[in-house]
Amino acid sequence: MQKELLSGNEAVARGAYEAGITFASAYPGTPSTEILENISKYKEDIHCQWGSNEKTALEEALGASFTGARSIVAMKHVGLNVAADPLFSASYIGTTGGFIIVSADDPGMHSSQNEQDNRNYAIAAKIPVLEPSDSQEAKEFVIEGIKISEEYNTPVMLRMTTRVDHSKSSVELGKRAATPEIEYKKDAVKRMLLPARARVKHVEVEKRQKKLKEFSTKFKYNYIIKGNSKIGVVASGISFQYARDVFKDAWFLKISMPYPFPEKLFLEFAKNVDKIYIIEENDPIIENFARLAAPEKEIIGKDLFPLNGEMMPDVILSTLGKKDLTPKFDISTLPIRPPSLCAGCPHTATFYNLNLQKVYVTGDIGCYTLGGLPPLNAMDTCVCMGASITVGFGIEKALEKAGKKIKQAAIIGDSTFFHSGITGLNDIIYNKGRSTVIILDNSITAMTGHQDNPGTGKTLMQEETQKIDIAKLIKNGLELKHTYEVDGYDVKAIKELLKRELERDEPSVIVVKRPCALLFKKAQWSPMQVDAEKCIKCNLCLKLGCPAITTKNEKAFIVEDLCTGCTVCSQVCPVDAIKFTDKHGFHIHDTSIQEYLIGGKK
Amino acid sequence: MKSIIICGVGGQGVLTASNLLSDVLLEAGFNVKKSEVHGMSQRGGDVIATIKYDEKEVLSPLPSINNTDYILSFEKLEALRNINYLSENGVIMVNDFVWEPLTVASGFAKYPEDIIENLKKYANELIIIPATKIARELGNSRATNVVLIGVLASNMDINKKTWTDIIKKKVPPKFIDLNLKAFEKGYNYNK
Ligand SMILES: Cc1ncc(C[n+]2csc(CCOP(=O)(O)OP(=O)(O)O)c2C)c(N)n1
Ligand code: SF4
Ligand code: SF4
Repeated sequence: MQKELLSGNEAVARGAYEAGITFASAYPGTPSTEILENISKYKEDIHCQWGSNEKTALEEALGASFTGARSIVAMKHVGLNVAADPLFSASYIGTTGGFIIVSADDPGMHSSQNEQDNRNYAIAAKIPVLEPSDSQEAKEFVIEGIKISEEYNTPVMLRMTTRVDHSKSSVELGKRAATPEIEYKKDAVKRMLLPARARVKHVEVEKRQKKLKEFSTKFKYNYIIKGNSKIGVVASGISFQYARDVFKDAWFLKISMPYPFPEKLFLEFAKNVDKIYIIEENDPIIENFARLAAPEKEIIGKDLFPLNGEMMPDVILSTLGKKDLTPKFDISTLPIRPPSLCAGCPHTATFYNLNLQKVYVTGDIGCYTLGGLPPLNAMDTCVCMGASITVGFGIEKALEKAGKKIKQAAIIGDSTFFHSGITGLNDIIYNKGRSTVIILDNSITAMTGHQDNPGTGKTLMQEETQKIDIAKLIKNGLELKHTYEVDGYDVKAIKELLKRELERDEPSVIVVKRPCALLFKKAQWSPMQVDAEKCIKCNLCLKLGCPAITTKNEKAFIVEDLCTGCTVCSQVCPVDAIKFTDKHGFHIHDTSIQEYLIGGKK
Repeated sequence: MKSIIICGVGGQGVLTASNLLSDVLLEAGFNVKKSEVHGMSQRGGDVIATIKYDEKEVLSPLPSINNTDYILSFEKLEALRNINYLSENGVIMVNDFVWEPLTVASGFAKYPEDIIENLKKYANELIIIPATKIARELGNSRATNVVLIGVLASNMDINKKTWTDIIKKKVPPKFIDLNLKAFEKGYNYNK
């Protein structure tokens, strides 16, 4: 059997291939993004696409299931908040082709704004959930999930976590299953949810869940490992691996399907031990079911172990008082290395200007959120995707009612605008707002590792497609009169446009255009340098937070290897001390941006 | 069970190096698990990857405090940042290279001067390699990671051919020559 080291995400993609899936969709989000990126390697067999957001992606995958096609949709945990509406309906309607919903949770919040446990969604929506502990299981659970989905007429949630997504372990590769026949058969009774039908459906869903509870006890991936003591450990997901590293002699109950809970299996397990530890990340899901099933048993769970963060071996050991984690060296004294906007980032000049003009900025999620950190400090709120426009509008209207007004703007990226920004803009126009909305269009979804989106002209399968032009959409579609475009590297133009539009008593949109600096080949860039003779130590260029600018003998100094020659620092220098070196000859600044502007070539 | 931490700054090739190492270990017949955290690392933040391997089954892929056998650091400050993971008998291999964090460049913090002394204090063995300099001399600073992999290889008990075979298999054809040279330089550095 061929074996390969795969990350959990690569393994899910492989599972999709082997399970005979033919439709896959997603909206990117760490730690889930690589699932669809890897599925796209099987594009001969699986149609795959990015949705504008998680809701559209889930609905599209559900539609695919209606035809009998096996389908999968992937998202990060907060994405399921966006897709929650169709999730609940999908549970009542059920499936035709097998349908997997991947939720990538993020215990420890490596790259998220909260630590929600999406197994709660599976319970609330009444669909089964599978939790793999390594890449091999990640692959197998896609295949098993498809079987369960088809047999029990239900979507199946695959709950991944960052460590399972991004850890590599070896996986045995199998063959692709035969794909079922794909044909759309009319079935309005099944698929048209109306109150009268939904009442019937709800009864069916409860019956289904009862059957699935029986299945869960027989499911071969829920199993007991015999031990040499009277201690029992129940664990799921990556915590199962962590716990096995710690509890050497204990009995184990490995839970791969926490809901519906394998109650009978648990009770059989519990007979063998006196004391049970439940090791799971985030919420006490398994624990609550276990306590209900065996109220008389001594169970230790979230009363002792933390509800937040990861349950890694060191955490389990120190919680049990078995390992002292006092560091031998105090690393809190070391300078931190926070992420920053890249050298030559097209977002920098906009934030620099917002900071100088002391604007209150409602922000959003993307690379540009880093513009809220020092030294740019140009962001006041960051709530969730799309909220920059709406939260800002709420602030504006509440102040207006009180007879007040502040200098405020909303800032949002191109992908985030397509995701959920446009609805907020409708609200502003409809409700007679006067907001200034800045859309940072770098022609890519950069934060999550450069995915295409409706504005880039390319699909996930790398086919050329129509580019949706944001400025045209707003100007011609929403007929918003004050829609302007500006070059992200033009400090002065941005400054003047901002000044004018912030004063305006009507809504306006400024689309800042310039492709992400990482889309260009690094080796070709011609860097700039500071003429130390001319530099007057005003430190204005250092306020850009460009990682290529540092100091040498108190004067600004540019690290050639990092500089992209974007010229933004030279534009803010009051004494014209920053000039191009003659190296390489390729100027990122000179690349034609015509194609990115209204009426341009493409 | 052995565990290795590879750390550095986003963009230095830490993840590529850790993939190379895991492939070598798998090829050498070990059970291997690797863990890494993506996210904001691409924007100049610190990056860490952990590899654990054993003849027996490997369970948790994560490093634990005072329990890591090797630390391979692409930058000096990052070696110190991960020092608490090192076991008593641990070996540190560090690139003699400073990459100032933005917090230092903009004057909010100072780059520590006593890194090497501190590393010496806690490491059973400390190897300092001018890997970036070596890579530049070979014509491309991007080969730094493979110079360092060479140093690690010379400290591990795995057939040299396994390493070079994996490099030939995994590196784009254009760069195989450069990478083999870089590996050789690293492999022979400590001899
Ligand atoms: C609901 C939700 N889905 C996905 C994400 C992950 N995510 C964070 S930022 C982002 C996209 C940012 O792209 P864009 O708005 O174009 O800004 P850029 O990073 O390119 O500057 C995504 C997908 C999230 N935080 N929340
Ligand atoms: S990846 Fe692109 S958009 Fe993100 S910080 Fe870097 S240059 Fe800016
Ligand atoms: S030109 Fe200036 S602002 Fe642009 S990347 Fe180089 S140093 Fe940074």
